[in-house]
Amino acid sequence: MSKARLMQGNEACAEGALAAGVRFYAGYPITPSTEIAEIMAEKLPLLGGTFIQMEDEIGSMAAVIGASLTGAKSLTATSGPGFSLKQENLGYAIATEVPCVVVNVQRGGPSTGLPTSPAQADVMQAKWGTHGDHPMIALSPSSVQECYELTVKAFNFAEEFRTVVIMLMDEVVGHLREKVELPESLPVENRKKPTVSPDQYVPFANDPSLIPAMANFGEGYRYHVTGLTHGENGLPTGKPEVTAKFLKRLTQKLDPYLERIQLWEEAYLADAELIVLAYGCTARPVREAIDAARREGLKVGLFRPITIWPFPSREIAKYKGRKFLVPEMNNGQLVGEVERVFGFEGVERLNRIDGELITVTEILEKIREVMSHVQ
Amino acid sequence: MFSEIAEYFRTETLPHMWCPGCGNGTITAALVRAIKTLRLDQNKVVIVSGIGCSSRMPGYLDFNTLHTTHGRALAFATGIKAAKPELDVFVVMGDGDSSAIGGNHLIHAARRNIDLTAIIINNNIYGMTGGQSSPMTPHDKRATTSPYGNLERPFQLLDLVQAAGATYGARATAYHNQLLSKLIIDAYNNPGFSLIEAISQCPVSYGRRNKFKTPADMLLWQKEHGVTAGRRALKDEDFLIGEVFNKEAPEYTQEYEKLRQRLKGGER
Repeated sequence: MSKARLMQGNEACAEGALAAGVRFYAGYPITPSTEIAEIMAEKLPLLGGTFIQMEDEIGSMAAVIGASLTGAKSLTATSGPGFSLKQENLGYAIATEVPCVVVNVQRGGPSTGLPTSPAQADVMQAKWGTHGDHPMIALSPSSVQECYELTVKAFNFAEEFRTVVIMLMDEVVGHLREKVELPESLPVENRKKPTVSPDQYVPFANDPSLIPAMANFGEGYRYHVTGLTHGENGLPTGKPEVTAKFLKRLTQKLDPYLERIQLWEEAYLADAELIVLAYGCTARPVREAIDAARREGLKVGLFRPITIWPFPSREIAKYKGRKFLVPEMNNGQLVGEVERVFGFEGVERLNRIDGELITVTEILEKIREVMSHVQ
Repeated sequence: MFSEIAEYFRTETLPHMWCPGCGNGTITAALVRAIKTLRLDQNKVVIVSGIGCSSRMPGYLDFNTLHTTHGRALAFATGIKAAKPELDVFVVMGDGDSSAIGGNHLIHAARRNIDLTAIIINNNIYGMTGGQSSPMTPHDKRATTSPYGNLERPFQLLDLVQAAGATYGARATAYHNQLLSKLIIDAYNNPGFSLIEAISQCPVSYGRRNKFKTPADMLLWQKEHGVTAGRRALKDEDFLIGEVFNKEAPEYTQEYEKLRQRLKGGER
């Protein structure tokens, strides 16, 4: 039996984190994500967990990693400018393979930008905001229901794959209120613990799964954690052969699991001559525009990546020969990934960066325009 | 003797990377001796560090060890202690690490009075990057980025954290390393944020530029200028060694636990 509730996206995200078993939150107030911190401040101490408001965004990310190392499922939430500050320790969590979830409720940028207006401005920052080559998982909900379900999934991915997972929300889905069906329960994953004795434990082992077992601090497995390039024993190294082995595993560790990580929704693709690829808040007017276009007899379909990173390139490659339209609330970020698959030919953009949602009419007009050139 | 404390080291990681004459090794031994005297459970001890020469220390030690990002050690340690208060958390930082890039985390850890035992190894310089001036480089002293002498004035670290709310502060040197061990024990026993300023020597990046011919000259300088309270009036380059302040205030993780218990009882 599921429970229906009227909820705000940020609230659904917080509730999803609780359903996933979050026990630690560190954060710093920032619009439009603050509700998540406020809910955590109220609920975590009731559950035996801990909420702490840190002195800044950098410290919040650091505290989240520290807490996760003791075994607590850990969360922080922020928005554009705060996300920029998070990048230092976000990279640290990836390099040291400490599970955690970072919510970024995107707002307009650059800099302080448009604090209360929506944008999808941090798509590339989510992937490449921290320095160095690294894997990345980022999920993009387009409804309040998805804010809930994907936050649970974000924790599951973080725990299973020992990495940072970004919930790439936006001001629209964060502040939207709509009906949510709360499932009785969703599957919850926990990090793989060592099965060997402490003297046999290799903390960053080149496990065939590519995901080494993780011991929590205080459980008798004493090991070293460093952001320096390290060997399987966790100790720093500058040796090229050890470095290469470590970075190969780190950068490829999601590859065997892409089928489960890459999530998307599709509609009317079978006969679609034009595929609109949209995500997050932009997918909402796109859906309406596609329905209207279909009523006009235009063969248009929807491809909505739910997992933005790793981008489902192989999946969209199946649609070679079709036209693509990528509407985004940025100056063209994820469209680059579509162009990487098909080249510039046949890939159209529709962008808006003034803090207003792209409207159904704008999308429908663009669909008509593109379709008028289809033979 | 090293053999007395070898059980607390990852001996396969030795020899350490520090330069001959550096004070980091002496201070590492003082910390380990304190932990041995306290008979702490190795599995429950966490040593957190930032970035810099001194922050390489945890890698050599056989505890739960965390070598973090530049300046952020106390923020990581805050997460560890807040999530699992039963762990004994020591934080080792350099002077640039803790007081420049990490200055915000330093004052806020002190303000929360969270039960961490922090040691700032102060060698008055950025050693790992080759001798740039730090917020602890004395006025007029030379560094690669203050080639004509430092125009700025250094922090008074213990005054700073005391004003911010820390409940224990003490100072010792690499020369006064037995005193340092004793102060680390006292700091550990203080239920709150404790800071020990461990004055150290960097003969390569600081000493050479500031008229110290040998590392021994720097240790003799520590011996000469480190003064126990009440022994004599401080002059010139003198500084106090020993406990500088020790007071009581509510500790963060205990207060948080009280909140959990209060909520469990139905009170809001």
